[in-house]
Amino acid sequence: MTDRSEELLEAVQSARAEGRAVTIAGTGSKAFLAESSVETEHGRLLSTEEHQGIVDYRPDELVVTVRSGTPLKLLKQTLAREGQMLPFDPPEFQGLGTIGGAVASGLAGPGRPWRGGVRDAVLGVKMINGLGEALSFGGQVMKNVAGFDVARLQAGAFGSLGVLLEVSLRLLPLPQLEQTRVLERDAEAALSQLRSWARLPLPLTGTAIFEGRLHLRLSGSEAAVSAAAEAVGGELGDDSLWAGLRDHSLPALKSVLLACAQVPPATAAPAEDLLIEWNGARRWREASTAAAPYVPFGPDYGRYRCLTAGGNETLAAYQARLKAAFDPDHLFNPELTRADLAA
Amino acid sequence: MRRAFPAATFPCNVRPMKENAAEQAAEATSELHPEAPTSDAPDPEAAMGSEAARARALARLRKQLPAAALLTESAQRKPFESDGLTALKEVPWLVALPGNEDQLKSVLTICREEGVPVVPRGAGTGLSGGARPRADGVLLGLSRLDEILEIDLENCAARVQPGVRNLAISEAVAEHGLYYAPDPSSQIACSIGGNVAENSGGVHCLKYGLTVHNVLGVKVLTLAGDELVLGGPGGDPESLDLLALMCGSEGLLGIVTEVWVRLLPIPPERRVLLAGFPTLSGAADAVAAIIGSGLIPAGLEMMDALAVEAAEAFVHAGYPTDAAAILLCELDGVPEEVAHDAKLVERVAREHGAESLQVAESEAEQARLWLGRKAAFPAVGRLAPDYYCMDGTIPRAALADVLERISELSEEFGLQVANVFHAGDGNLHPLILYDANKPGELEQAEAFGSQILNLCVAVGGTVTGEHGVGVEKLGPMCGQFSSAELEQFFRLKAAFDPDGLMNPGKAIPTLTRCSEVGGMHVHGGRLPFPNLERF
Repeated sequence: MTDRSEELLEAVQSARAEGRAVTIAGTGSKAFLAESSVETEHGRLLSTEEHQGIVDYRPDELVVTVRSGTPLKLLKQTLAREGQMLPFDPPEFQGLGTIGGAVASGLAGPGRPWRGGVRDAVLGVKMINGLGEALSFGGQVMKNVAGFDVARLQAGAFGSLGVLLEVSLRLLPLPQLEQTRVLERDAEAALSQLRSWARLPLPLTGTAIFEGRLHLRLSGSEAAVSAAAEAVGGELGDDSLWAGLRDHSLPALKSVLLACAQVPPATAAPAEDLLIEWNGARRWREASTAAAPYVPFGPDYGRYRCLTAGGNETLAAYQARLKAAFDPDHLFNPELTRADLAA
Repeated sequence: MRRAFPAATFPCNVRPMKENAAEQAAEATSELHPEAPTSDAPDPEAAMGSEAARARALARLRKQLPAAALLTESAQRKPFESDGLTALKEVPWLVALPGNEDQLKSVLTICREEGVPVVPRGAGTGLSGGARPRADGVLLGLSRLDEILEIDLENCAARVQPGVRNLAISEAVAEHGLYYAPDPSSQIACSIGGNVAENSGGVHCLKYGLTVHNVLGVKVLTLAGDELVLGGPGGDPESLDLLALMCGSEGLLGIVTEVWVRLLPIPPERRVLLAGFPTLSGAADAVAAIIGSGLIPAGLEMMDALAVEAAEAFVHAGYPTDAAAILLCELDGVPEEVAHDAKLVERVAREHGAESLQVAESEAEQARLWLGRKAAFPAVGRLAPDYYCMDGTIPRAALADVLERISELSEEFGLQVANVFHAGDGNLHPLILYDANKPGELEQAEAFGSQILNLCVAVGGTVTGEHGVGVEKLGPMCGQFSSAELEQFFRLKAAFDPDGLMNPGKAIPTLTRCSEVGGMHVHGGRLPFPNLERF
């Protein structure tokens, strides 16, 4: 539980003075998503791993403020003791990961369409920009329209705009009850079933369609969950499915190189899709069958997130200028910048 | 009362903030990083462009836009002289009302090439002067781009033009059992483009989020004429999340030309509870206990005794006038859940000393209970010739302390204040009562308001929860942000608008202004309210 912000600030300032780029990392649990591993970048590693601690947590505010190097596991345990959770349910690759890495990578779990993504939960950040300035944006309150929303912009920016020091996050109460239901449905039938339910206020917080089955996660009060379970039918399923889906460790996805796509949820299901989640909005298939909008995913392809295809050069130019507005000397994560933010 | 709009629809008769003279004037500039790059754009608060350039721009615009889309006569331009912040007026040099995207693009291109500033305007209901025109610029009205382009029932989404009214979206999809969740109080008039620009809230934010949480994508035209498609019904935007950045950017980065909104199923069950408390702290503790119990109400509102008294006298909603504070709690969802939650809220309210409790199950009863809250601003407006509406946000835990301090300030300034509070999300609207005809009273009200906003920042909150900075809160922004942070905002703006012509002089105060007004920057250990806990 140490505050290393001074050391981190000095490290960025001296990197800047020496014109030396830095690679920002926590535990390095997501390094496999990037082109280069933390080990090979050791000479210029800027580690937030020791910058730990929960700065402020008041459960009845539904807000936590936490230093970026705090282990995800520890944070989640602390929140769970108060009956609360991170709404975006970030992956814990190899059981590791820090909250700073979770925010920077912008990866959200299977509840994304209902509970929101990382950016939806970010309320405020303290960060160091490429000029070596410690800055604070947003705050610890839900409603805040003072200044540009620089805090949410950090979600999914992979540290390209600066080093996160602290993040304030909106929380959700843990549901009283969660239940997994499994229905025998092929992909097309499952999607059509989801469409027919879309306009009903079912307490859905997860869907997964694969291997001829539709898996549903229901969350809420006991009364609501049991009423919904009766309405959707099917069999009781295995709750551990959702953590596997979140951490990309399901056997169905494990053995192959993958491509993924985000699409409007009601899009028809091609036979190549191995798995469809997010109420139909996110789809996975083997990389060898990838064609637009599917993009190969993972280190072999230099892709870190499953995003909508459809960016173009114009947008990339604005992205690059925005990057330069925070980090004019390209100090931060240059290898990411090349692939993801190049003009 | 000076009001430009019917009171029930546009509740805040806001006045401009005049900044306090200040002690820490030098501080803001001394923090300036010597090597920080600044935008080459001209001073956004000074006059821009030349008369010759404007004449050239007008001649070119006349070739590209139909005559009806350009308002040049002073009588035509006068109605656009302010937005909902009616105290700040400026007749625009020109009003352009493009009827399609091509015309819109022409306006932007010509303005950029001729160096003419552009002030975008939706329905003009904003409360912070974000759409206040400039005498040297074009007021770009988007009201004629008002088509609902697509309703995608299968994906529960709609694609609309920026001039579409907020409520019109819900009305258009109601027959399908769907609605658009964010409901700012001006929703019958305000437009979705303006909602995106302000990241508008409403009374249901705690459960359903702000505009940023309910917009799936936007199409933006920058001043350079570049079209950026950010997100959409198919998912998250590419790379840096410019969609989130656009929300609340107050028209400083670009013009939103299309919006994809998320549609939600209308909840089958709704219940409203009203609890009267003998003390403010009892009500505040009940709010904390409700949220702490793991329940997220659709709405949770608090009113203090003066606001209750005013509302009751105005609309006779049946509120307990002997209570020091009331809580209004709306629950929605599946019937089983609502029934469960209602019992929990009742129990928590009683445990925290609620002396009266009403539960409305029928729609008519619910409407009655909401009526007092919805009429609160105009009701308070009847108590005095003028009132000044504040929009700070505070962590809920600070509520009791902040209200106590506001009540002390009320005595110091000799001005009454009624408090209306979106208790669920910490957004506080103190309404300061005054009489502008009494010499000095307006200045007193503004000084009082400025102290309240400083107080909000000191306890870890913000100077604006949902109304935006506009021009009204440029001064208080100096207290919330350091020079380096403001400079970062300007560099960010320059990435989209290098010429500094998009809504210049709004939302972000210049360092010069901050050094002049002497923003009270809050530094650890030198808090203006040391008796208050800070978090």
